[in-house]
Amino acid sequence: MMNLIGIWIAALLTLGILSFLYKDNPIYKFCEALFVGVSAGYWFVSLFWQNIWPKLVLNLHAAALKLLAGGGVDSRWFYLISGVLGVMMLMRLLPKGGWISRWPLAFIVGSTAGLYFITYLQSNAISQIHDTLVPLVTAGNGRFLWIPLPFNIDWDAFFVFVGTFTGLIYFFFSIEHTKLAGKTARVGTFFLMVTFGASFGYTVMSRMSLLIGRFDFLFRDWLHLTH
Amino acid sequence: MTGLDRLLTLDRRWIFLLIAISVSIPLFLHAEQTITITPEVRGISDTVANLPAGSRVILACDYDPGSAAEIQPMTVTFLKQALTRHLRVIIMGLWPQGPQQADIALREALTDPRVAAVAPKYGIDYINLGFQSGNEVVIQRMGSSIPATFPRDARGRDVSNFPIMQGVKDFSAIAYVFNVSAGYPGTVEWVQFAGDRFHTRIGTGSTAVQAPQVYPYFPRQLTGVLGGMKGAAEYEEITGFEGKGTRFMLAQSCAHVVVVLFVVVGNVAFFLSRRRQRRIGGEVAGS
Repeated sequence: MMNLIGIWIAALLTLGILSFLYKDNPIYKFCEALFVGVSAGYWFVSLFWQNIWPKLVLNLHAAALKLLAGGGVDSRWFYLISGVLGVMMLMRLLPKGGWISRWPLAFIVGSTAGLYFITYLQSNAISQIHDTLVPLVTAGNGRFLWIPLPFNIDWDAFFVFVGTFTGLIYFFFSIEHTKLAGKTARVGTFFLMVTFGASFGYTVMSRMSLLIGRFDFLFRDWLHLTH
Repeated sequence: MTGLDRLLTLDRRWIFLLIAISVSIPLFLHAEQTITITPEVRGISDTVANLPAGSRVILACDYDPGSAAEIQPMTVTFLKQALTRHLRVIIMGLWPQGPQQADIALREALTDPRVAAVAPKYGIDYINLGFQSGNEVVIQRMGSSIPATFPRDARGRDVSNFPIMQGVKDFSAIAYVFNVSAGYPGTVEWVQFAGDRFHTRIGTGSTAVQAPQVYPYFPRQLTGVLGGMKGAAEYEEITGFEGKGTRFMLAQSCAHVVVVLFVVVGNVAFFLSRRRQRRIGGEVAGS
């Protein structure tokens, strides 16, 4: 029974959201506001019970009990620092104490920068350069269209190389984009356009998938029209 | 008003209606569609198929119901392939709803007769460690100690009591990570922190929006990529576990045809109107 009620609520809310496609209306506004409110509430409750309660409250409680029993201070007291930083972050809401929140923000920015400095360099720079520097031609008997060649051409690697090189020239502003540099940069723009086009195509596919998912829910789970 | 003017000022709600029709009708049809397998999808299927029975794999569910239409079929198929291959699946999530989505997928996978024949048991063949906040820092910490990062499963029970977690210290006990991702934190973070740092083998199932961002990691940093619903359909095709990905492909294709037609018609109308404006401009200048 509860499942049936849930399906009906979900179906009516889906129709409410889709009604915006016809025109803006109070039902859409209600559904939108409900979605935002439920999401915010879900995140708050979820993070409180899975984060603040077990990690901060329970750990500090256990550490305090141990201290009172004469067991000394253990590493769980470090959670107190996180708790204090969290409270300092909320100072942003105060009219005069907003500056206090800059300290935890500075901590977050600094630690994130430190965490990502090496990983980004490794994963998104060095590894990508490594994958670009591959042999374009290998030994063997290859073919270009109908012309036999005494070597093989790795066309994937060739296109990656040309795309990367011309793309970099396009973003290299220390030389004027005229003559050879201009033509090379123009080739780079073609590769960039293809990249943007592919991204747009994938985005369309993604949005269509979401629409298909909703329609499938309406036709199958709600109306039982399809199997 | 000419036909061209009508086309250029067409109410966009007609377009919405046509898209809705093109998506709806195929859902009632059961037409077969040829699905070609790309190397990116074959990379995931082959990697899972070649893992020795008993290997531990992590299924990292970093998505929510909003992207379930695209990603849920991937999760279901991965669970079916892994469990029928006698792999031990450790489910976790950096998104709060991720492990819940995995539970739904697990229920669906267990209804498959081929999976049911294996009779996988909780705590032995699979476990759900639940959500852990901290984004990429969670992955980093798992590199030091998985039990310390996830001391309890999704239902709050001590993970050390489960046979599947016996001997699991860090990523060295994990043969493969399959990350189903809808954004941040997700595949990029898994590649950066688990793959490149701890040399863990990773495959990904991504939303189509995110797919172009993760394709450059294939094939060295990722063993494979399932890009959107098409990737899900390919994965179902190659593993033989037909599901929603395959079923939805016809609707997807019809919607794409309509979008392409609108792009072509829109461009033709634009160029014709521009030519007409130039002609009118020339006549005015000539008189």
